[in-house]
Amino acid sequence: MRRGMVIAIAAVALACGLAACGGDDESAGGGVTLNWFIFNEPSGGPQKVAERCSQQSNGAYTINFEYLPAQADAQREQLVRRLGAEDSSLDLLGLDVVWTGEFANARWLAPIPADTEQAVTENVFEPVLDTARFEDDLVVVPIWSNTQLLWYRKDRVPQAPETWDEMIDIGERLGPDTGRIQIQGNRYEGLVVWANALIESAGTSILSAPKEILLEETPTEQALGIMGRLSNSRVAAPNITTSNEDSARLGFEAGNSTFQINYPFVYPSAKTNAPDVFEQMEAARYPAVDADKPSKPPIGGINIGVSSFSQHKEEAFEAIECLVKPENQLEIAELGGLPPVRSDLYDRPEIEKVYPGFADLVRESIQNAGPRPSQSPAYQDLSLAIQRALHPTTKIDAQNPQSTYEELRNNVEKAIKREGLL
Amino acid sequence: MSVAVPPQPGQTAGRKGQRKRGGPTQTTDRTKAERKLALMLCAPAVVAMVLVTVYPILYAIVLSVQTVDLRFPEERGFVGLDNYAAVLSSPLWWQDLFNTTFVTVISVAIELVLGMALALVMHRALFGRGLIRTSVLIPYGIVTVVAAFAWFFAFDPSSGFVNNLPFIPEDKAWFGNRWDAFTVIILTEVWKTTPFMALLLLAGLATIDNGLYEAARVDGANAWQRFVKITLPLLKPALLVALLFRTLDAFRVFDSIFIMTRGSQDTESVSILGYNQLISRLNLGLGSAVSVLIFVLVLLIAFVFVRVLGTAVPAQGDKK
Repeated sequence: MRRGMVIAIAAVALACGLAACGGDDESAGGGVTLNWFIFNEPSGGPQKVAERCSQQSNGAYTINFEYLPAQADAQREQLVRRLGAEDSSLDLLGLDVVWTGEFANARWLAPIPADTEQAVTENVFEPVLDTARFEDDLVVVPIWSNTQLLWYRKDRVPQAPETWDEMIDIGERLGPDTGRIQIQGNRYEGLVVWANALIESAGTSILSAPKEILLEETPTEQALGIMGRLSNSRVAAPNITTSNEDSARLGFEAGNSTFQINYPFVYPSAKTNAPDVFEQMEAARYPAVDADKPSKPPIGGINIGVSSFSQHKEEAFEAIECLVKPENQLEIAELGGLPPVRSDLYDRPEIEKVYPGFADLVRESIQNAGPRPSQSPAYQDLSLAIQRALHPTTKIDAQNPQSTYEELRNNVEKAIKREGLL
Repeated sequence: MSVAVPPQPGQTAGRKGQRKRGGPTQTTDRTKAERKLALMLCAPAVVAMVLVTVYPILYAIVLSVQTVDLRFPEERGFVGLDNYAAVLSSPLWWQDLFNTTFVTVISVAIELVLGMALALVMHRALFGRGLIRTSVLIPYGIVTVVAAFAWFFAFDPSSGFVNNLPFIPEDKAWFGNRWDAFTVIILTEVWKTTPFMALLLLAGLATIDNGLYEAARVDGANAWQRFVKITLPLLKPALLVALLFRTLDAFRVFDSIFIMTRGSQDTESVSILGYNQLISRLNLGLGSAVSVLIFVLVLLIAFVFVRVLGTAVPAQGDKK
């Protein structure tokens, strides 16, 4: 009996937790409470602009933060579990750029009203908008972007290399004591970021349409060859097969690396952690595969969607329009170093302070970015399949990447059809 | 679950001889009333069990014969055994099954030896018995994920102390290749659950009559002979129960691998495979098929232990 009671109590408590018991729907101002499910961005930028928007709404809505875990995989898992159960307590969703196709296809995103679309797409980078569209419709609203740059030591190389091969050559000439190259090679999304950027830069794409594979053989093998060459080079990080953004950052800050491929967060980090390294740190554009083909750098960031199970969609879209206003994008950039999605903001003096000397580079990088195939409704399958085919990158034969290519192609084909285990 | 009626002194319900003496109607009424009470007392627990275990298991079986993918709500339908065929024909499943079995066999074997040694020491401890037994249990009391993180950070080349130890190369990437990663994963498992094994064995040791050892000593048996001829045979029931529990537990290994490699470097276990299909891909059909197969394997292990090796499950053990 007691056990039954305990379970009954636990069940009630659980149900309460899920449905956000307590009727906090009516806030003090009489308006609705919009729950924004997003990870806790450490700078507090999103919180600040959300608070300002709530105030400016004159009591129409109050944005309440419900924090998701720090890791992208875990964020997605929580969101899809709730949305899969048609949880109506979610209003605003903070979505990674690669979840668009999946969420839209599952009908978890409320359609964006035409006037909102007009307001939130003005001056927004085209590759950023690509990550927000599904079947030609805008389904989510970009709030901040991100991109990877090549970070190098100007005391060791006078001029940044333009291609991957050039970079590896320079590194090998410097040797493993000073010439190491930091990249993301663990079996996780970061590996897909690297592979996709190389494939895009080589002149092809993973998909040609949401359910159609492209992966032209020659350029793809060229891209894979570079992955194999770097991974097996003596200047690769010793932990390359388990490396991520953070281990790359730490590796570069340790001083024996000359190159690092990473997001701009490494710049302020080096300033506080390794001032000596910071002094010599310079940014350049993501390396190209071919000298005569400009690179297509990776793109990241967050889009906001409105849950189709939300009971306050109108207010939610109002809130989004406010959140992505130019001054709010600037504020988020100033506080957290997160690149705005509007190209015109890069002319503002505030941005020059965030990216001293490389604001134009960030703009150029986002403008020319090659997004991951986020339009695929089975992106997660695709990502797992690519990771399985390429990891560990040390097994890729740089001279003869054909077998890896076959495996990659095979895996991607199966993932599109969502066949078999992954 | 059997309905246990408390024994009544002098009047055991349901016995023919007594029924005649005490008058049939009275006993039957009383028996009935007691049965009813017992059923009512058990009912909430049974209902709760049905709700939280039987229902999910049946639901998983139902899902496993369907196409269900939360991301593709329209594509639902019965597919028979297709999902099972997809799982069993995938090299990934067999690879992961091998990994799981490998981790299970090696870690349980090491735990058994270490646990036995610990149990023998604790059994002989002359002072501070309570303190020793409690402190040995500490690793078992730590949340598995926390233990996994602790071991991960200890072996991580950038943050760990292990690479600073003598005879270990400073830039050794422990999670960068399969066998090193397995070593750390198995070490974590062993560290965490050896105390559990030791305590179960200690309980078994406590039931062995000391007189047997004294008699053996009088007959001139040495320590090894006493261990092999007395301790091991008499410990067999406790030993098999401990092995059964640990094998079932180890077969579902998830946390350590998830934290340390996420299944990369060919260290994926079947539980992680199920997780990937269910939670990452939201492919409930395929994922449920993996789960049901794991369930069947766990049943099989239990069956082998109970029927073939003759492990006494606690309820049977009481009667012996």
